[in-house]
Amino acid sequence: MQTATDILDIQRIRADFPILDQLVNGKQLVYFDNAATTQKPLSVLQAISGYYGGYNANIHRGIHQLAEKATSAFEATRQKFQEFLNARHLEEIIFTYGTTDGINLVAQSYGRRFLNAGDEIIISTLEHHSNIVPWQMLCEEKGCILKVIPIDDNGDLLIDEYEKLLSERTKLVSVVHVSNALGTINPVKTIIDKAHAAGAVVLIDGAQASSHITLDVQALDCDFYSLSAHKLYGPTGMGVLYGKKALLEAMPPYRGGGEMIKEVTFEKTTYNDLPYKFEAGTPNIADVIAARTALEYIEGLGKENIAAYEHELLVYATEKLSQIEGLRIIGQAREKVSVISFVLDGIHHQDTGVILDQLGIAVRTGHHCTQPLMRRLGVAGTSRASFAVYNTREEIDRLAQGILRVQKMMM
Amino acid sequence: MTINEKQDEIIDEFDLFDDPLDKTQYIIDLGKKLPPMPEKYLTDDNRIMGCQSKVWLGAEKQGDTVHFYADAEPTAQISKGLISLLIRVLSDEKAEDIAKADIYFIDKVGMGNLVTSRRAGGLAAMLAQMKAYGQIYAANPA
Repeated sequence: MQTATDILDIQRIRADFPILDQLVNGKQLVYFDNAATTQKPLSVLQAISGYYGGYNANIHRGIHQLAEKATSAFEATRQKFQEFLNARHLEEIIFTYGTTDGINLVAQSYGRRFLNAGDEIIISTLEHHSNIVPWQMLCEEKGCILKVIPIDDNGDLLIDEYEKLLSERTKLVSVVHVSNALGTINPVKTIIDKAHAAGAVVLIDGAQASSHITLDVQALDCDFYSLSAHKLYGPTGMGVLYGKKALLEAMPPYRGGGEMIKEVTFEKTTYNDLPYKFEAGTPNIADVIAARTALEYIEGLGKENIAAYEHELLVYATEKLSQIEGLRIIGQAREKVSVISFVLDGIHHQDTGVILDQLGIAVRTGHHCTQPLMRRLGVAGTSRASFAVYNTREEIDRLAQGILRVQKMMM
Repeated sequence: MTINEKQDEIIDEFDLFDDPLDKTQYIIDLGKKLPPMPEKYLTDDNRIMGCQSKVWLGAEKQGDTVHFYADAEPTAQISKGLISLLIRVLSDEKAEDIAKADIYFIDKVGMGNLVTSRRAGGLAAMLAQMKAYGQIYAANPA
């Protein structure tokens, strides 16, 4: 049977990412911090410099050639994300600065307009702080109540408990598609359907899912979906909020400025149509343009191929790391993306990270911005290795050897 | 020995190692020898808030010098090792010398990234706090 390893030419892919070819502390870099941000292929870098070097201009209102070209490229990215998410309408794609920004947009615009004292918002134990704090701020302001779906020890959501939390008071459910700390893939379709049955709208935090899972917002039927380009081999400071058109139309803008208006007088301002009413000010034009190139890169490799290959890496790494005495994998959910969080008996995760770094291996250590989750799992933090399409089995072997070295040094 | 002489001595010790991993091993071994902190100083007030490991610092005026007690959580051995070096350099020195000390050994031994970056979790803050104690005691000699 043909495997993803056979289909994808990983060495050729690695050549697309010049950053990988470097020594760190005198050792060949192993980059396993992909859940924090993925590296960018040359084509994305060229798209950024191509814009600044060839047609840098402010978009939408310029009449001149450069402005026309920049506007076309900018809007082409919107279309690309519409395809990427299978959104029904182009204007359902709102450009943001990233996943967090998208969540804040919904909390500040939808939340302030439509939620009231006593209304309940459901999140989960797996959430990143960016899908906790915006809701806490809203709860504080409006008197809403935050409820949390618990997990089991493997890092799977307890759907039975979720059902118990749902009631006619539930107005909004906001859950992560894939846990950044553990890699758990949540059953978001089930979560969405049950929320809708209770009359609540649903936001999905897609920061970690978007590079691993083929997305279809119409099939999911989510009301909002927020993601970041920099986790998709694209630039930082650029993200997308998908929202259902009817909801977005009913929501007030929450940032005022240029671009988002139709007409301004000192007496009154009328707002622009979707999607522009949520895009105040000059946007991050270069990175929006380059994000399209990143999606094209993913398309070129085939998202299913990437997912299959990353799954092979996950299986290999799980097997390899499970053999290490004194290592405990944190998060063994039924379905996972290519993320392995682990702790070493008697060794602080910070020390693990420092020594692995000296061996040229970049992992993330700490609480991964999921302090409530770490508390639930009874750990102060973990070391996390997360894999992308350019990683290899040989690199996982180096990680395993590196962990043995850490243990030896700490003995 | 002055603060700077102690710093130079540490720099000489680290010069023996070419491989950064050997330096780290040395720090880990120093950490293992760090005397435990007296219970009375292990308080929330003495906790230095950092990013990743838990670290405490206590200070006591002894005559005209300041004695430091410090510790990190048991598993944070690199932090413990770095703490032991900071104590070696600054503890039992005159308050005004601590306050005005120029701490250069950390960068010279190639451990600057462990003390100044976020991942070091509190050690830059610990150094700042030690110097603050020096200032306080220098200003209030009684």
